[in-house]
Amino acid sequence: MSSPNELFTQPLAVINIGLQIFAEALQVQGVSCVHVDWRPPAGGDADLMAILARLNS
Amino acid sequence: MIIRNVVRKNFYNDSVSLMLLSSKIGKMAGVKEAAVMMATAHNIEIMERSGLLLPDSKGASPNDMLIAVLAEDEESSAAALEAVDEYFAGGGQGVQAGDELVAKSQTTALGMLPGANLSLISVPGPYAAAEAKKALNNKLHVFLFSDNVTLQEEKELKDIAAAKGLLMMGPDCGTAIINGVGLGFANAVPKGPIGLVAAAGTGLQEVACLITELGGGISQALGTGGRDIKNAIGGTTMLMGLAALARDPATKVIVLVAKPPEENVLGKLNVALQSVNKPVVTCFLGAKGELAGEGVYPVGNLQEAALKAVELSALGADSGADFIISASNVKEIAAAEATCLRTPQRYLRGLYSGGTLCYEALLLVKPHIGNAYSNVSLEPHFLLASPDESKEHTLLDMGDDYFTAGRPHPMIDPSLRVERIRREAADPETAVILLDLVLGHGSHRDPAGALLPAIREGKREATAAGRHLSVVASVCGTSSDPQGLVEQEEKLRTAGVIVMPSNAQAVAMAAAILTSHNKI
Repeated sequence: MSSPNELFTQPLAVINIGLQIFAEALQVQGVSCVHVDWRPPAGGDADLMAILARLNS
Repeated sequence: MIIRNVVRKNFYNDSVSLMLLSSKIGKMAGVKEAAVMMATAHNIEIMERSGLLLPDSKGASPNDMLIAVLAEDEESSAAALEAVDEYFAGGGQGVQAGDELVAKSQTTALGMLPGANLSLISVPGPYAAAEAKKALNNKLHVFLFSDNVTLQEEKELKDIAAAKGLLMMGPDCGTAIINGVGLGFANAVPKGPIGLVAAAGTGLQEVACLITELGGGISQALGTGGRDIKNAIGGTTMLMGLAALARDPATKVIVLVAKPPEENVLGKLNVALQSVNKPVVTCFLGAKGELAGEGVYPVGNLQEAALKAVELSALGADSGADFIISASNVKEIAAAEATCLRTPQRYLRGLYSGGTLCYEALLLVKPHIGNAYSNVSLEPHFLLASPDESKEHTLLDMGDDYFTAGRPHPMIDPSLRVERIRREAADPETAVILLDLVLGHGSHRDPAGALLPAIREGKREATAAGRHLSVVASVCGTSSDPQGLVEQEEKLRTAGVIVMPSNAQAVAMAAAILTSHNKI
């Protein structure tokens, strides 16, 4: 089991999903960061997304 | 006028980048309005309402990008569309990350960064919970910036996180500082012995910045999202944050910041506080019944929270003396301003970018000038019928959903606030305009510079009409922020703005000017 206190003792390493400005801010602060080039799953099709969610669960 | 629409199939870009691009294109010569958006049902509706949508574009799908331009002539619309093409041909203006730093999915990202311990998620609300769940299942702590996540999803995410011992900050979490790193909208603050947990974004920023100004520093500052303190969520993140800071050897004093927690959460916090062997400052804005007990210090506003925390950490016990502008000084400045005001100028108009700062102002003005109208008032009678029209004393939260639908937050793009400053300044009943400027990572690069032309123009036009316009502001930031606290404050002063060291003091100054004016 993890804990926030464990996180407090580690260098931060971030996966950024969404707005690029936040990845940029992390880079400026010298933080290890991978930016995910996120796109809506199933091309944003709500019905297809529901099917994918069922398949994944 | 000419309307042009271009649909780019399967071309996804994040909303903030697109909104900043829209704003840039909208300012081009001959362009009356421009919107570059992903073609979600909501965005199509916004474009239709603004009269920017052509019938053929209605069939665009949420994964398509829709560019709409309303221009005076063919030439201007062609130039605007060309500028959009150039923007994307150049890879956009956002982060120019090397290929090795960009992944296609969370899973590939984890492969590229095996030591990852936190995921910062800001995808559109309907997709956010699924991404957050994936991150938690990958044993990552989560900072979830996205809003429009349901209460049920929030509860589920927080329960999963709690079972795994992971922090689930958000949804709708604006800011946090972990190990000295700012996440979301965050200020550059020094490390120190004060730990914060806040269910109030700009509340956390204001307290952290004031602690810095007072000579203190921050161990960790955890955000929870505003709904964490509701019974339906149960304060899960606030309780976990409190427990973590209680165990953290670098934290000597803890500060909790929130609107008043609901009853069950307050009960749980009371129990949790029994086992905390460190002083805890509680700043529950507007609370009637407070937590009490040995080592618990309830305070009434954000500035008091910072002052008490610094005092308890024994770092700068007497810094407050220099920090607070004396009552006699405030009275003197207020009286000088008031003598310049004309009789019909009776009202305060607060135009806020920070939600918690606006909420704090509503509470703090009440004893001096009575209730102000607002788009976020908790008192139904004082809720504005339309946020577009001020009424008597008005305090607006311009970061509220009403103003941000289809637009960037005013902390990123000040254009809507600039427009509103102009309108309020032109109102002959406006006596004082009250502003906040929030600095830090993620915020506009020069908020003072962006607001100054409207402030100057407002003051000049008021003078030309035989009036005087008072403008009072506070800047929430630090000297280490990219925008620089001193530089931003100085810029405001050059335009005749009265700059106060905190939101609480800015509100007190604005109220003093009005009170003084009413006595004349």
